[in-house]
Amino acid sequence: MSSEIQKILSTDGIPLEESLKKAEKKNKIKAFLLVTPLLLFLIITYIIPIADMFSRSIDDKMVTNMLPKTYKAMEQWDGKELPPEEVFEAFYLDYKILVENKTAGKLQTQLNYEKNGFKSVLKKLARKQKKFEDGNYKEQIMKVHKRWRNVEYWRAIKRRAPAYTYSKYLKGVDMYSNEDGKIVQVAEDRRIHRILWSRTLEVAFFVTLFCFLMAYPIAHLLATLPMKYSNLLMICVLLPFWTSLLVRTASWMILLQQQGIVNDFFVWIGLVTDDNRPEMMYNKTGTYVAMTQILLPFMVLPLYSVMKTISPSLMRAGKSLGATPAVAFFKVYFPLTIPGIGAGCLLVFILAIGYYITPALVGGASGTLISNQIAYHMKSTLDWSFASAMGLMLLTGVLVIYWIYNKLVGVDNIKLG
Amino acid sequence: MALPKYTEPHYRIWHYFYLFVCGCVFFFLIAPLFVIFPLSFNAEEFLVFTDGMKRLDPDAFSTRWYKDMVYGTKNPWGLAAKNSFIIAIFATIGSIILGTLAALGLSSRHMPYKGLIMATLISPMIVPLIISGVAIFFFMAKVGLAATHLGIILAHIILGTPFVVITVTATLSGFDHSITRAASSLGSNPFNTFMKITLPLILPGVISGGLFAFVTSFDEVVVVLFLAGLDNTTIPIQMWTGLREQLSPTILAVATCLIVLSVLILVTAELLRRRSERLRGINR
Repeated sequence: MSSEIQKILSTDGIPLEESLKKAEKKNKIKAFLLVTPLLLFLIITYIIPIADMFSRSIDDKMVTNMLPKTYKAMEQWDGKELPPEEVFEAFYLDYKILVENKTAGKLQTQLNYEKNGFKSVLKKLARKQKKFEDGNYKEQIMKVHKRWRNVEYWRAIKRRAPAYTYSKYLKGVDMYSNEDGKIVQVAEDRRIHRILWSRTLEVAFFVTLFCFLMAYPIAHLLATLPMKYSNLLMICVLLPFWTSLLVRTASWMILLQQQGIVNDFFVWIGLVTDDNRPEMMYNKTGTYVAMTQILLPFMVLPLYSVMKTISPSLMRAGKSLGATPAVAFFKVYFPLTIPGIGAGCLLVFILAIGYYITPALVGGASGTLISNQIAYHMKSTLDWSFASAMGLMLLTGVLVIYWIYNKLVGVDNIKLG
Repeated sequence: MALPKYTEPHYRIWHYFYLFVCGCVFFFLIAPLFVIFPLSFNAEEFLVFTDGMKRLDPDAFSTRWYKDMVYGTKNPWGLAAKNSFIIAIFATIGSIILGTLAALGLSSRHMPYKGLIMATLISPMIVPLIISGVAIFFFMAKVGLAATHLGIILAHIILGTPFVVITVTATLSGFDHSITRAASSLGSNPFNTFMKITLPLILPGVISGGLFAFVTSFDEVVVVLFLAGLDNTTIPIQMWTGLREQLSPTILAVATCLIVLSVLILVTAELLRRRSERLRGINR
């Protein structure tokens, strides 16, 4: 039956269905080609490097590459008693090369991380190994230092055999894997990273909350005022938005300093005495105040664009049906603004959680956030693999929020200005 | 927002309280910017209002910090300004070209995997700058572009394109595709159609995206901190260094100039937005 239905043909005799499919495919390719340059550019210069941070963060080939023969010989060793002669020989040969190349220092530092006191043992071996005779290396090495008879040290070497490690991630949450391979927490007074994580979350949360509380009334005012007034007031929101971040931070540094205008004002109204001016900068207060002002426009703009679409007659209808203004507001107006609240809060939260410049300048020691720690390890300690690991932990958090944002609001609904 | 005459007193009080709160928030937003302006004319080296300034004594004001900014010995601002403008201009051009092309593709209804690709293209805006900085630094160091202008320009193109993509996509959302088809049916080739029909219509979006890209590049510190060498110093880097080491009034003079620049950009962006809305027939 179906074969008898005559297919519609286009002018050149090809079935219309096929011809349409062809055209669609052509359009698809055309659209894709337009996106390709940017997509490729971003993938090469941005997406792959971020992925590369992962391999950097788990990379632990340094020790593995320095002791190739040792690790080969150790494959047979079960780690219960002292290793056999072959392991000692292999270690002696590997170490000899390192000492000759003057790279033994790195190995000493790395193994000292694994087992305290390893450094001095290795240094002694570096001095003595020149006089070693061929054969029976086990005896000779053990004679250099009695700690070589302790199987713990050999286990420490074996633990560094894998070329990859997740120890940097453990370090990021103040944990480490101890001599028995168990994951334990670091001593209580050294848990700095957990403090930073919780502080970052806390600051991001409260900055978002303050921004919301301040942005809601003014967004409402902007949306309800007649155009000629609201345009003027909109400048108050947009001018800070377009002004350099450093300029705004600088102005807060001037305002919040001990002899600054805010403190002058407090003294003037009698809140504090002149010789007892509070410290408002270089602590969390400074971070909160400056970040709230800097991120406020990012909350106002999405709220405003949602509120602009809410017809004022809805509130009037609510009131005419007997609701008090407060009830009308909470039952009618507020639920309608929830998409804007979601967009604004997530945007501000995402921006706040990765903030670097402002906390670094006005935060002092008690106001720095996780990004400052990442920058510190990138620039000062040069522990790039740890910086990468912390960066990726932060990124995972942000991507989860971004995913929620995308589900709730949709990235293509982001409005600017 | 005048209240009707019949408003009950407690609503009246509530209303004025609401206006007062709004006033405070607007003050909080805008006032910090105005502190910088008078202090940059301070004759003293301190960053506080001197007694002379409070009395509006003309001797307490001077333009010495502006002179210092322009003529000061071994001052870095000249080089920094030059670098900033070069980097920002090229980064803007790059962002506009790549971003507009991508936006044209994304607005086509034939585009496959639209959501995924959009999310990828916008990601540099969402990923914290510090992470972008680390990743871009690793890449540029690997290809030997660290501490070069080209490296910083490429980095700023990465950061700037999302803005162009967003604004141009928004402009294209009200775009009537039948007019480009009309142009093609009248014998115009695709390139001509783009230049003569599409581009003039989406131009406000392109320019305002470009402004965003320009400001992003001009104001960017975090990535440049990782990438810049001594020769690539920019205005934000100099300000950052200055703010960390010693807050001098010269920085305030620079900051005042930057505020003036942002006012100009704001006015341009606002005019463009209105023009774009008029062109797309959105009247509010």
